[in-house]
Amino acid sequence: MLGFGESSSSLPLVLTATLTSPLRSPETTYTGLRCRECGHPYEAAAHHVCSEVCFGPLEVVYDMERIKARVSRAAIEAGPLSIWRYRDFLPISSDPIDVGTGLTPLLRSKGLAQRLGLRHLYIKNDGVNVPTLSFKDRVVSVALTRARELGFTTVSCASTGNLANSTAAIAAHAGLKCCVFIPADLEAGKILGTLVYNPTVMAVQGNYDQVNRLCCEVANSHGWGFVNINLRPYYAEGSKTLAFEVAEQLGWRLPDHVVAPLASGSLYTKIRKGFREFVETGLVEEKPIRFSGAQAAGCSPIAQAFAQGQDFIAPVKPNTIAKSIAIGNPADGPYALDVARRSGGSITAVSDGEIVSAIKLLAETEGIFTETAGGTTIAVLKKLAESGQIASDETTVVYITGNGLKTTEAVSDAIGTPYQIDARLESFNRAWDQAQAHG
Amino acid sequence: MAIQVLIPTPLQKFTADQAVVELEARDVQGLIQALDERFPGLKARLCDESGTLRRFLNIYVNNEDIRFLNNQATVLNDGDEISIIPAVAGG
Repeated sequence: MLGFGESSSSLPLVLTATLTSPLRSPETTYTGLRCRECGHPYEAAAHHVCSEVCFGPLEVVYDMERIKARVSRAAIEAGPLSIWRYRDFLPISSDPIDVGTGLTPLLRSKGLAQRLGLRHLYIKNDGVNVPTLSFKDRVVSVALTRARELGFTTVSCASTGNLANSTAAIAAHAGLKCCVFIPADLEAGKILGTLVYNPTVMAVQGNYDQVNRLCCEVANSHGWGFVNINLRPYYAEGSKTLAFEVAEQLGWRLPDHVVAPLASGSLYTKIRKGFREFVETGLVEEKPIRFSGAQAAGCSPIAQAFAQGQDFIAPVKPNTIAKSIAIGNPADGPYALDVARRSGGSITAVSDGEIVSAIKLLAETEGIFTETAGGTTIAVLKKLAESGQIASDETTVVYITGNGLKTTEAVSDAIGTPYQIDARLESFNRAWDQAQAHG
Repeated sequence: MAIQVLIPTPLQKFTADQAVVELEARDVQGLIQALDERFPGLKARLCDESGTLRRFLNIYVNNEDIRFLNNQATVLNDGDEISIIPAVAGG
């Protein structure tokens, strides 16, 4: 594992340092919000769309000169062993809710790289992020810190599973009331992994896009902080830390090629933004990065628009095992298309069968058990490598955003079963011979 | 034909804080026109200069996205419920 100095190799040290490292000056670096479409300015309050002009999404505006004056490689390296070492790039103004989120391993791939014929492949494994084993812990840590600053006492989200896990867990840690909304047909592990934190869980009869629509109406009427609705501009910024960590873990340099999953398109575009901000503030040298995106064929509105050369996203009705990325009406789809096209990357869709095979491939070659979103990303990586779209000497980073233990249903019929034996040597020997015969 | 329209919070300043309004219209295009006649300025928020619905805005007729129906030409019937929802991120 490429780490952050000696301490990153030891979990107890990580936890100790996370809890005790002092944070730097609380002076903020963000100045407000602005419409990403028309540029209209807004105060840094709880709103997410350009209500004065065009309904475009709002994003956080930073004083980049102030950030540049404050940050340095040394200061970041001496910071907390969590996403909050990059606090100057995040839109908060108080002590953050720090549950140790971030600083997940960046593994130099051997087995998978060899299988795919790639020499410089790295795996960013957010399947072991804390507290809930997905990248969502990053965005929720930022969103709930901002929610608390804005005075919300109840927080909520529309979720395909991972976001509900994370919102419920971090709300519990922060002492915030929590009500989450999920599609009723989610994987059992994701429902259990939310309920255990004792939030109110609304299982909606409908797909994620319908859940999202309901939540917009609830957000209009209940005055709650919805992490991915009225807190979305702050929430989305948390994904930039996936770029910051990779740049730091690569020894303060940028990769050549990134492969990441696409659901709403937010994570994909924010990874690019994170790399850009490191360049703008002089922390890394600029170089071109290709961004490739992964979707499941059963829900691939962005990949379809990419293939057809369209600038708009035609929504689809999801039908895939990759539920965590099954968003048929992706809000950041147009921006994701733009990132792929401008960077010389691509957006590719893979079948459910390819997703399951890729989950197994990653597990067998790297010892990483990812969920269906990760399977989608690895399947696309494989496709790109096999079709020559990744040069063997490119430094390629593939993002694994969730843990396979949450979606065991996806692979349970494809991984064999244990040998059932008696507690006798003879029984074992017979089974062992059978196992060897099966290779 | 009476059509019920759920007005999102950011637009309620046009509707004197009414969250639900009732209008008559034959189709979604006509509904946008009728909204603008009763609440001047609303159409400019919903549509661009060419009259096309803004790309980050979703309109639902009885819970179905109009892009799965007939877009702005989607025919409306008495008692239909219309939601106007800005796109949001997942997930």
